[in-house]
Amino acid sequence: MTSLNANLKTNTLKRNPGLPLDLDWVMSSQANTSAIERRANSLAARRSVKKDHQTGWLLRAISCIDLTTLSGDDTASRVKRLCEKAKQPVSRNLLLALDAPQISTAAVCVYHDMVKTAAQALAGSGIPVAAVSTGFPAGLTPFNLRIAEIEASVTAGANEIDIVISRRHVLTQDWKALYEEMRCFRSACGDAHVKAILATGELGSLRNVARASMVCMMAGADFIKTSTGKESVNATLPVSLVMVRAIRDYYERTGISIGYKPAGGISKAKEALTYLSLIKEELGNRWLEPDLFRFGASSLLNDIERQLEHQTTGAYSANYRHPIA
Amino acid sequence: MTIKDILETMDYGKAPENVEESISWLDQHNRKFGHFIDGSFCKGSGHFESLNPATNEALALIAQGSESIVNRAVSAAKMAQPAWESLDGHERARRLYALARLLQKNSRLFATLETMENGKPIRESRDIDIPLAQRHFYYHAGMAQLMAEKMPDKKAIGVCGQIIPWNFPLLMLSWKIAPALAMGNTVVLKPAEFTSLTALLFCEMCQQAGIPKGVVNIITGDGAVGEMIVKHSDVDKIAFTGSTDVGKKIRQATAGTGKSLTLELGGKSPFIVFDDADLDSAVEGLVDAIWFNQGQVCCAGSRLLVQEGVSERLYSKVKARMQKLRIGDPLDKSIDMGAIVDQVQLDSIDQMVRENAPDTIFQSNTDLPTKGCYYPPTLITDLETSNPLMQNEIFGPVLVSTTFRTPAEAIQLANNTRYGLAASIWSENINLCLGLAPKIKAGVIWINGTNMFDASAGFGGFRESGFGREGGWEGLVPYTKPKLEPTSGKLAPINLASSESSKIAPALDRTAKLYIGGKQSRPDGGYYKPTYDFKGSLLGQIPVANRKDVRNAVEAAQKAANWSTTSGHLRAQILYYLAENLSARSAEFAEKLDAYSGQNNGLVEVEESIKRIFNFAAWSDKHDGDVRNVPIRGLALSVNEPVGTIGVFCSDGFSLLGLVSTIAAGLSMGNRMILICSEAAPLIATDFYQILDTSDVPAGVVNILTGSHADLAKPVSTHMDIDAVWCFSSTDISKLVESSAAFNLKRTWVNYGREKNWQKNDDFQSFLSAATETKTIWIPFGEG
Repeated sequence: MTSLNANLKTNTLKRNPGLPLDLDWVMSSQANTSAIERRANSLAARRSVKKDHQTGWLLRAISCIDLTTLSGDDTASRVKRLCEKAKQPVSRNLLLALDAPQISTAAVCVYHDMVKTAAQALAGSGIPVAAVSTGFPAGLTPFNLRIAEIEASVTAGANEIDIVISRRHVLTQDWKALYEEMRCFRSACGDAHVKAILATGELGSLRNVARASMVCMMAGADFIKTSTGKESVNATLPVSLVMVRAIRDYYERTGISIGYKPAGGISKAKEALTYLSLIKEELGNRWLEPDLFRFGASSLLNDIERQLEHQTTGAYSANYRHPIA
Repeated sequence: MTIKDILETMDYGKAPENVEESISWLDQHNRKFGHFIDGSFCKGSGHFESLNPATNEALALIAQGSESIVNRAVSAAKMAQPAWESLDGHERARRLYALARLLQKNSRLFATLETMENGKPIRESRDIDIPLAQRHFYYHAGMAQLMAEKMPDKKAIGVCGQIIPWNFPLLMLSWKIAPALAMGNTVVLKPAEFTSLTALLFCEMCQQAGIPKGVVNIITGDGAVGEMIVKHSDVDKIAFTGSTDVGKKIRQATAGTGKSLTLELGGKSPFIVFDDADLDSAVEGLVDAIWFNQGQVCCAGSRLLVQEGVSERLYSKVKARMQKLRIGDPLDKSIDMGAIVDQVQLDSIDQMVRENAPDTIFQSNTDLPTKGCYYPPTLITDLETSNPLMQNEIFGPVLVSTTFRTPAEAIQLANNTRYGLAASIWSENINLCLGLAPKIKAGVIWINGTNMFDASAGFGGFRESGFGREGGWEGLVPYTKPKLEPTSGKLAPINLASSESSKIAPALDRTAKLYIGGKQSRPDGGYYKPTYDFKGSLLGQIPVANRKDVRNAVEAAQKAANWSTTSGHLRAQILYYLAENLSARSAEFAEKLDAYSGQNNGLVEVEESIKRIFNFAAWSDKHDGDVRNVPIRGLALSVNEPVGTIGVFCSDGFSLLGLVSTIAAGLSMGNRMILICSEAAPLIATDFYQILDTSDVPAGVVNILTGSHADLAKPVSTHMDIDAVWCFSSTDISKLVESSAAFNLKRTWVNYGREKNWQKNDDFQSFLSAATETKTIWIPFGEG
């Protein structure tokens, strides 16, 4: 059975080569918190997706999920189960009932020690393995170890590396240091795609989020990602607006498309729809595909499954009816 | 469409709002409505169709009011008013609270009905209009509750005639009815003929809320019905929201009748974007400014002013955003722009746009529905100020733009308009934003935001955008009057004492001059006339000013514009000094007053005058506005600004006290004055300019003219650079002043030939209100 993901335009884009650090451009980024919050607050009410369209959108949301486990008690068996769920995120029966194509999640996201297990479990599925790296989540391990960690994960079979930036570079406005750090991470990744986790909940202001986004893109990030999921505030709509507008700005000036990954705190199907419409409105349909958009989430999938079943039966579903990840 | 197709296109699909409830409400009424008078519906006649502009289908038949209907409604309102007013404020509050709750409980019905009749997107009626209307009733329930405590000296005006437009049918109804009822008035309201249905549904809410019969009367029909309300002699106050042209006609029609009047009219509000603004947020602001309600908003940010360095970037962002706007069935929850209210309006918009060169016009290429009144979002760039579209209100989804170089030029462009309703300022620099706010002639300023409204924040315009405020404490002023009548008896025409037998000149020739721009000058016409004491003895010669002297005085006042930006502290100091200098010459003024009056209470009047100056000096730095509790993270400041240049026809009785009260009130609030002094006792005023000279009052701040009130009424009231006219004259020129003021809708405060109670000390609030314009400045803030 061909997966829907295979039909999407994955990997047809030019990879971001990065740019020299352009501080004038970085510093011209502005973010007015109140205005951004107003837009974010009205977004959900401005767009409503119902019935079959909702089904389609929810399936798309699943195909953009980086199905994730980042727990201290992860074991090989736990990761294998997650990988099987990634291959078949919605049960065959339910897909049949919906007359929907086979889908998979976009990737499986784990710590370095689980990369090998995941890569083996996903072999042949076409689903990439993403590894969180560089001393995730705080990013405060020695720099050489952070580089070594990236290299080790790539060697172990990770196709994507989710790095964490040094928040202190942003908080002290040391954009050059941030740029250099990101450049090194990117170069250590080699052919693996790199997602820059900004840990937006720790950056102090939306203006800093905008500027950090811009610096990371200039330094060659393939994706920018909100959070580790471990900060007290993770993905939010206002932060997302700021980051996708930075992506739009970068695209308008360079023609290079950077991906966006909100992570942490998105657990409801309805929220996922709002995020998709935010992306559609601000960046356009091309960014609704898994090579440019990911949800970093673990419990979102289950809520979407329940919504999908509701679409077929008209009755609200229960968690236990869907295989756990 | 299969799921696979949807996955391919990722379209939104349809998300229609359920309108069954609205349909069944219309059907319950057999789709035919009458008027709501004295607590019940009457049949009405001359019915016309109300159309759904999105489909051009008829929704219902609406009755056309008539003279007899208006008479019945007004007399019901008049009958009901005393009992409604005498209800305890708490009792009125309970009923307004009930109305708020009923609007809340029926919000979906109101929202769908509003969208069906008006064509605005359901999101807007559901999330903005109806909640704001509810909020207005809640807020004013509170005002009814607090009236006795906070406004012990005020009472209701009486019967209010209210005429509202079609762009925000229920919200405008709330803005009119809630404050009127809270203050104990009764109303006769006419909705616009395109949009009567939610007003009729509201009548049912009044019945359920226990609003006594006759307190709310709603009659439907076209402008002719509005005119009947305006002209009805038992209507005490007119509140109108609509076009500037109609506003001017209403000003003329009510001139001299003593009807209180507030007008909320058109606009061409600037949307100013500086190069350090968050441009993406500014673009979103524009969506809310000009593509909200299809641009059919009086305060729409329709004139984009953008700093040169970022104009091209901003335009390209705006154009990209325009392509994303979804236009279509307003009942679809994912629609950004619905239908224009009527074909007539659509044609007028299209014609105004077509008059421009095609290469300056950008329209989004979104598909429009084939049926119904739709117009695409439109941007016209790089217009010169001379282009009619930079000056005239379009009232549609059309944004026009030009660029500026400096903050000073932005202010100049922003103020280069006959209107003055609202302005948006976008910059991340707080110095720039807050520096601009007081310099822009507009009743509402939004900083890094747009179209923010709340019941607690005053809304209303400067210049030809009208006068009066709706919302907040200032919004109650037009619906109340002092309990103690500020005027006493009818003034007799002044009897200029003259005697054939006493043309003997005083010992030394005494020929007064005009006082213009801090200098004494001879009248342009070269004429003088004598002034006599009470016995008819010649006191001296006074100049006869003509319209050119008025012009010169206004020019001098314009040059003294800095006075309006001085601190209250400085103005207080100058006023105290003025009192000191008057005190030093009190014997001389007392003597002159006695010579004119033939009595010997001149000294008392001088003492009263000194006290009066102290009073307004005290207010100089205290009538300072406040912060309003609006539901945003931020502030809404209600700021009292000087009106500008005020022309005054001074009192003939109490020639010193009247003069001094006027000067002190005007000056204390930072106004510049052109005084047409008493015809009966002109030397009081011409002597007074020596006191002005010695008291550091800057040149041009006070200008004194002598001459005939009747002759000068028109040149003063029509002068475009005079912002307000006050009339305390014994000559009955109130009607002339009010109708001439309609020319550019300047504010007026007239006595209708009645003597003001000058000795009463409790009328300061009226003076302070008349001497200031309230500006609401919205300052959202926060960083995080």
